[in-house]
Amino acid sequence: MGSLEETCASLRAQITATEEQLAGLRRDLANAEQARSESATTTTAGNEHNDRNGQARRWPLLQEEYKRYGRQMIVSQVGLKGQLKLRSAKLLLVGAGGLGCPAAQYLAGAGVGTIGLIDGDTVEVSNLHRQVLHRTKNVGKYKVDSAIESLRELNPHPTYVAHRTHLTPDEAPAIFRNYDLILDCTDNPATRYLISDTAVLTGKPLVSASALRTEGQLMVLNNPPRAPGDKTGGPCYRCVFPKPPPADSVVSCADGGILGPVVGTMGVLQALEAIKVITAPDVGVADGAASVSRDPPALHVFSAYSSPLVRTIRLRSRRANCAVCSAEATVTVDTIKSGSTDYVFFCGSASIPSLLGPEERISAQEYHEKYPGVSEASPHTVIDVRDKGQFEICSLENSINIPISDILSSGYSKLQAADAEKQAPQLPSWLPSELGSESNPIYVVCRLGNDSQIVVKKMKELGLDQNGQRFIGDIRGGLRSWKEQVDPEWPEY
Amino acid sequence: MADSSATIQGAIPIPITVEFTGGLELLFGNERKHKVVLPPQLEDGSRPNISYLLKYLVDNLMKDQRKDMFIMEDNVRPGILVLINDADWELEGEETYELQQGDNIVFVSTLHGG
Repeated sequence: MGSLEETCASLRAQITATEEQLAGLRRDLANAEQARSESATTTTAGNEHNDRNGQARRWPLLQEEYKRYGRQMIVSQVGLKGQLKLRSAKLLLVGAGGLGCPAAQYLAGAGVGTIGLIDGDTVEVSNLHRQVLHRTKNVGKYKVDSAIESLRELNPHPTYVAHRTHLTPDEAPAIFRNYDLILDCTDNPATRYLISDTAVLTGKPLVSASALRTEGQLMVLNNPPRAPGDKTGGPCYRCVFPKPPPADSVVSCADGGILGPVVGTMGVLQALEAIKVITAPDVGVADGAASVSRDPPALHVFSAYSSPLVRTIRLRSRRANCAVCSAEATVTVDTIKSGSTDYVFFCGSASIPSLLGPEERISAQEYHEKYPGVSEASPHTVIDVRDKGQFEICSLENSINIPISDILSSGYSKLQAADAEKQAPQLPSWLPSELGSESNPIYVVCRLGNDSQIVVKKMKELGLDQNGQRFIGDIRGGLRSWKEQVDPEWPEY
Repeated sequence: MADSSATIQGAIPIPITVEFTGGLELLFGNERKHKVVLPPQLEDGSRPNISYLLKYLVDNLMKDQRKDMFIMEDNVRPGILVLINDADWELEGEETYELQQGDNIVFVSTLHGG
């Protein structure tokens, strides 16, 4: 039943979105027809100045567009030429989240002619603090539809294209070919490599950004976009990061947190860099040597709590043995589409730990039934291994907080534990001393039930289970399960 | 500083600044900026280079026990950029770069959120 309801809801959302898109196309058509009839009359009227209506017809932009874009057109770096380039530009934003929303907002505002958005996610309440195009009423709707709805209200002139799907290797090259420039507004390494590879192979410049917690990073890649093997092209993502980071070291915004204005800053900077690339003066034959004034490749690192806020780092040029943009390239459009360039395999996936046996785990419900009231009757310890900030948001009664980072960074090693077998065990510094001597059971809990397993394993390695005499286990599924099974009012964040 | 220029190169210790960003600071006691003083000469007579610095940081400055979050196969792990005075280390000779007084070495972990 649930899935049927979801299907219906999804279909309804798609119908609404398609209708909106249709309405948008009608508006676009009306605009285009108006422009055509104006240009037709201009042509027939020739250069006659006596035609009262003819005054407007000789101008390349609509009256309303001069007003709308005037403030940026009088900035010398843009001008009328730049505005016309923006209007004929086609930009694709991959990701309509924390980066994509502000980037799209400024690009639509600036009058970019065609803006494509690709994202298969729907709007969640936890997105709203930073994904500024989405409205509370649009929770559950496809992000691309929600975003385009806002963008149309802001500026009805551009053509908006919704791709309600995640970018896949088999579709990426065909989609990218319809655009002039790509913005990487995604949130995972596999997609970032896919985007960069496809951008190089389809000859598109790429504006790439990312953000986490209080920091952000920004690069303009494959600029100028030259064929693989052409050393005058800009470096690609693989030139800078030939190998992906270990999957376990990759932290998402959901796990690490993110400040809205931090990711917003990065998205706005992406829009800025995209505008700079599009409106850059043509490097004509007359100008002689190419790439006269192009900025050298750089990485901009934004750090909200540092001074200066942004630091710019000079990057290398194209890597001589790059797998994509060098003469020795092994990645091609065919290897991408066929799947023989396997991005998921290349980047790996973080192992979801299943370290403990069933006898070492207890469900939230079982724990609650076992210890319904105050624990004096049946003493035990609950160790919450989330970080301090999360513990302060909400915690179980009588639980103590020992962040997993303290536990894992502890210098107390197996070796010391082995020595300790002969004498009284030396306790690690993070462990409250009374816990070392007691034999009451210990339950470890975290947000989702992953970190808790790592900690249980570590505590047993340290011998805290007194050779199996003392129970140490975790609450399966963490505090999320606690909300589902025991306490519906638990604040899930 | 005037003294140091008069002294023979290599005879005085080498003060440098090391910074960590992109979450790497969490491995180093949650401190972004560290002042480090390296010996002017190593036992084999060579000057300290980036390779030496990596080992020095792991042995002396790193608080976290998870060494492989910073070092893999005797080099920085994939996903970390090393910057020598605000330039990608690949522009400066990578791990063979010999450290100079006052150098600023930054380790940046790539971010992926968005």
